[in-house]
Amino acid sequence: MIPSSFEYHRPGSVEEAVALLGRFGESARLLAGGHSLIPMMKLRLARPEHVVDLQDIAALRGISREGDTLVIGALATQKEVIDSELLAETCPILREAALLVADPQVRYCGTLGGNVANGDPGNDMPAIMQALDARYRAAGPEGGRHIAARDFYEAAFFTALGDDEVLTHVEVPVPPAGHGAAYEKQKRKVGDYATAAAAVILTLSDGACTSASIALTNVGDTPLFAEEASAALVGTALDEAALAKAAGLAEAITRPASDGRGPAEFRTRVAGLAVRRAIATARARAS
Amino acid sequence: MAKMHIKMTVNGAEVEALAEPRTLLIHFLREQLDLTGSHIGCDTSHCGACTVDLDGKSVKSCTVFVAQAKGAAITTIEGIAGADGALHALQDAFREHHGLQCGFCTPGMIVRAYRLLQENPDPSEEDIRYGISGNLCRCTGYQNIVKAIRAAADRLAEAREAGQ
Repeated sequence: MIPSSFEYHRPGSVEEAVALLGRFGESARLLAGGHSLIPMMKLRLARPEHVVDLQDIAALRGISREGDTLVIGALATQKEVIDSELLAETCPILREAALLVADPQVRYCGTLGGNVANGDPGNDMPAIMQALDARYRAAGPEGGRHIAARDFYEAAFFTALGDDEVLTHVEVPVPPAGHGAAYEKQKRKVGDYATAAAAVILTLSDGACTSASIALTNVGDTPLFAEEASAALVGTALDEAALAKAAGLAEAITRPASDGRGPAEFRTRVAGLAVRRAIATARARAS
Repeated sequence: MAKMHIKMTVNGAEVEALAEPRTLLIHFLREQLDLTGSHIGCDTSHCGACTVDLDGKSVKSCTVFVAQAKGAAITTIEGIAGADGALHALQDAFREHHGLQCGFCTPGMIVRAYRLLQENPDPSEEDIRYGISGNLCRCTGYQNIVKAIRAAADRLAEAREAGQ
């Protein structure tokens, strides 16, 4: 399968990349790891006339902590997320989820920035970012701005990012010490997108849940922050009644497609189960 | 569309060529460099038959534009054996443990296992299975592939000890 022709650009800075986007408008696409864009181009579902490869932009790399925020460069690969001791210590759900993304080869290339910016409802990281209440830093012709992950996704492959903007960093508030988190993903095989998946982050005090956030992957046009389900856990002992209530509220916001991963009703049910299991695992991990 | 000048290192040798940016790395390797060891299986980044080592990463070369690999150092299955033609421990172990049946997935399996053993010289069976989960064998010959990779790890460890 051969993609249609394009002109290749390799800017050395974010400013140059933004300028190229400004110049070529909708006919340009950004290329990071390429494992979403290139398959689309091979199928000719995407036919950009200009491909702007970000690989030489050093400012988009690196994973660091700035105060109470984890700052992850958009070009950090899934492999780098997995290997990061900082993330493993402070926010282990990122490593847990990255290990479930695609397969080893894809994780060497696939980037966190691409995963969250592409707007593919099958991608795992957007729901994680919603659960973590992360925000994305974007650079555009007017300068920089932040967009909350919970406000970013509009429809499948449509996001709040402008055609002339580059998502440069993902900023994750460091979860409280002792928090429990889990990402429960049901998939048919290695490399598949989720049939349904749930991210849960919670804190406990004397056995009672003091905060919780739940988000869902691939059971709608966008990742889904399950606000009511999250609120239903707070103040409970995370007992069976609380789990059932949260799972029910989460199921109620799903709008999955019926496809090769199963009929819509099944996927909704799997989402509910994923929520239950993720809560149980997160509870066991919290201290 | 204009061709671009591509310069990269392939199996230790510097390579210069003209190619369209849209050329996929696997096509460049197979058709312009005549390195036909890396195979095109699914052409959709699932099967891993096209796996090559690019700057220390295992990548599926059907999903990399040659333009992206400009300036990179690439190792294909043709570059795994020693310069004198002596088989690499992995190649030897695949032969000895019947790690191949039809052989189609073998170049990708070996190049992937090569990087896996660089990163984890003493992998458990689970590590190996997880590490090659991006490579499919349609003969389903995984048992012997896993055995071969573990045997190669042992042999490489022995060689390191003997060298010390």
